[in-house]
Amino acid sequence: MLAKRTGVPAPPDAVLGLTSRRAFLRASSLVGGGLLLHATLPVPARAALVAASAPAATVLNAFVQITPDGTVTIMSKNPEIGQGIKTMLPMLIAEELDVDWGQVRIEQAGLDQAKYGRQFAGGSMATPLNWEPLRRVGAAGRQMLIAAAASEWGVPESECGTRPGMVRHAPTGRGLSYGALAAKAASLPAPDLAAVKLKDPKDFRIIGQSMRGVDNPLIVTGKPLFGIDVTLPGMLYAVFQKCPVFGGKVVSANTDTIKSLPGVHDAFVVKGGNNLQGLVDGVAIVAHRWWVANKARGKLEITWEEGPTAGQSSTGYATAAAEFGKGAPAQSLRRDGDAKAALAGAAHVVEAAYAYPFLPHIPLEPQNCTAHVKDGKVEIWAPTQNPEPGARLVAATLGVAEDDVTVHMTRCGGGFGRRLRSDFMAEAASIAKTAGAPVKLLWTRQDDVQHDFYRPAGFHFFKGGLDGNGKLIAFSDHFVTFARGNRIADSAAMEPNEFPAGLVANLDYGMSLMPLGVPTGPLRAPRSNALGFVFQSFIDELADAAGKDPVAFRLALLGEPRILADPSGNPLRAFDTGRMRDVLKLVAEKSDWAKRTLPKGTGMGVAFYFSHLGYFAEVVQATVAPSGGVKVDKVWIAADVGSQIINPINAENQVQGAALDGIGAALGQAITIDRGRVTQANFDTVLPLRINQAAPVEVHFLITSHPPTGLGEPALPPAIPALCNAIFAATGKRVRKLPIDPGDLKWA
Amino acid sequence: MSYTIEVNNQKRTVDVDGDMPLLWVLRDELDLKGTKFGCGMGLCGACTVHLGGAPARSCLTPVSSVGDAAITTIEGIGDTPVGRRVQQAWLAVDVPQCGYCQAGQIMSAVALLLTTQRPTDADIDRAMAGNICRCCTYNRIRAAIKKAAGPDAIKAGAL
Repeated sequence: MLAKRTGVPAPPDAVLGLTSRRAFLRASSLVGGGLLLHATLPVPARAALVAASAPAATVLNAFVQITPDGTVTIMSKNPEIGQGIKTMLPMLIAEELDVDWGQVRIEQAGLDQAKYGRQFAGGSMATPLNWEPLRRVGAAGRQMLIAAAASEWGVPESECGTRPGMVRHAPTGRGLSYGALAAKAASLPAPDLAAVKLKDPKDFRIIGQSMRGVDNPLIVTGKPLFGIDVTLPGMLYAVFQKCPVFGGKVVSANTDTIKSLPGVHDAFVVKGGNNLQGLVDGVAIVAHRWWVANKARGKLEITWEEGPTAGQSSTGYATAAAEFGKGAPAQSLRRDGDAKAALAGAAHVVEAAYAYPFLPHIPLEPQNCTAHVKDGKVEIWAPTQNPEPGARLVAATLGVAEDDVTVHMTRCGGGFGRRLRSDFMAEAASIAKTAGAPVKLLWTRQDDVQHDFYRPAGFHFFKGGLDGNGKLIAFSDHFVTFARGNRIADSAAMEPNEFPAGLVANLDYGMSLMPLGVPTGPLRAPRSNALGFVFQSFIDELADAAGKDPVAFRLALLGEPRILADPSGNPLRAFDTGRMRDVLKLVAEKSDWAKRTLPKGTGMGVAFYFSHLGYFAEVVQATVAPSGGVKVDKVWIAADVGSQIINPINAENQVQGAALDGIGAALGQAITIDRGRVTQANFDTVLPLRINQAAPVEVHFLITSHPPTGLGEPALPPAIPALCNAIFAATGKRVRKLPIDPGDLKWA
Repeated sequence: MSYTIEVNNQKRTVDVDGDMPLLWVLRDELDLKGTKFGCGMGLCGACTVHLGGAPARSCLTPVSSVGDAAITTIEGIGDTPVGRRVQQAWLAVDVPQCGYCQAGQIMSAVALLLTTQRPTDADIDRAMAGNICRCCTYNRIRAAIKKAAGPDAIKAGAL
């Protein structure tokens, strides 16, 4: 699974600048004797760039407890959504603390950013943000335990070392366990985190080993772990009916009838605001059982004022986009050379229009939240990816101070970006306040599909020009996307350095905006999950027009290894052509690209994409039946996420899952808007991938000298165009619109 | 109305409407939270339990229809030899990502292995296609089923 590449070593942390400059560690004693470590590390300013949705906190902490019996408890500070963070972050601390993984207990931290620093799951950022700081926390703890032992023995610290769970004095062969040293260590001054010595990676015993998910024994035996499993004494259950048209308002509702139904505790109109990310209008039904509340919904009659979005539809967007596509973009995103002139003089010009739909997140655990409002204090139990903005929203919605909101993070049954938004928390808190009892709000699948923050649809009108040798000399894209108010809709933007920008002499990216009333938001690999499809598909069209092999054409385009800086100066978007070249070569080698002879109807497609600091090249082999049905046979992935795969068994799982997730969306998912409402409602109309569609996915990590980066997202974007390019290789038919329609792919 | 049902070898009595789905009886009356709600329409398989030894979608099973049929849930499946083997295979292969669907996956996998000791890939597709894993851990679900089936099955498979 691991391949090594020798290359020019990057300076440590050059990409992210994550070296801590000033750091503090505080120690205190546990009741009963023991060590408690609080570390405070300033997060570099650049980290604030990483996720627009991430809280803008300025400190990052970690937290270790050692009790006299030698048990080490490590708090896991970030939400667990299936990315494996509850296992991985503690591995970083445990490695440098030098303890046996089997000695470690892991606890999920609640929301407390003053203590832990930023707590969120998004942007595949946990690895780059924590790789060094959390190892320093562990190393500082180890140094304190060594100092305690040296003082106990009256020997220099330099003569002491550790082996797992124990300090050793080599000259005399003495040893003291961490448990025995913990109380004394807690009384010593804490070292400067920036100065603590980190292990040489060749000495890692935990990092780089496959550690299985810490919650798995509870998962496979059905123990309560998720938000939906929360139970409180005296708890009631709620459903919340919102207007099917986004932004619609309640005019009236038959709440008296609903209240009279058996088992119903209360039914009431909730007045919300105009911010679709917060509390919006709806009708709450509260009952002693959720099923009773949801059944009562069948009798609910609501008169809505649907509002202006009722005039919008997917067909309307497509018609408007096609009109925009005929004209010049309303605004320029990037202009290199003179694309218009170069296209006019090109030996061969390719034009194509691409489109992709709105997409839902559909985490398998429907949105839910349990809230208790008492004496001006609010307590929340939520499956959330982003607890701090959630607490802020709850505080603002209820008119209490943020300090009066406590958030317990439960395990999340999937996230995919949906739980970066906190609408369900505001709803639960508001309903619980009115109900005067702890309330668990649970959405149905229909609620979830129809009240999401969708991956925005989009339209691209491309032109590419080739010279007589098949070299790409001109490239233009008119991107027709959406605005909410006077701003680009959430997750609907395109960056000016989108590939192949910087690699084509004459390049023109422009954009036009259409008004949108539908709420949008980040879906796993936001923007990239759509842009990867259109750009890597159109590049494939150009390779074909040039008469070149798709891998060779891409390698020629990437050219010599160099860094293409982002025009805005964002270091997170700087693109290293050499890293991409190397994963492209690796995936071609592993997939026997160009060596395979395939029967008619079967083809291989390639694509690459750089996102979330990860370099991914992927090959898909797919078979298209004469009737047009698509079957993915195999996926090969080569990835460069830096110098260290922290937890290989989970890394492979993430990469396989992300690629298959993309393929599932391409094959079966679209949200269509009709009169301002979502047409789909459940898994019969929006289709997650199933096991009979899931091809084997072979994953290869290229180990390079760069700092390690995250894996939740970057494998997704190239999977979609690799599949579409495989379909072209199999049938000669281009997929220019998602989801893939078998009706367009008939052959024979 | 009062219903007495047998759950994980124990008789349990609940006082609910007869049309309450077994899923909600298990979760909210009997506090067995392992069986999960995903779609409410029998489309995702997260709510799979064994009813009279066969896999059933508890979200579509009114409690009044259960009668004397023995119910086994994820909380009880580890007491059976095949159930225990499947759980151990799930741990060894490190199947879960978010883990939400895995109770239903395990229940379907156990049902498959009870009828087909050495399942082929096609057998696995047929038996497991009703269970959605939104994280797409399907490569590992397949591997874990083969591991639980035994070494012969693993050799026969692709993984």
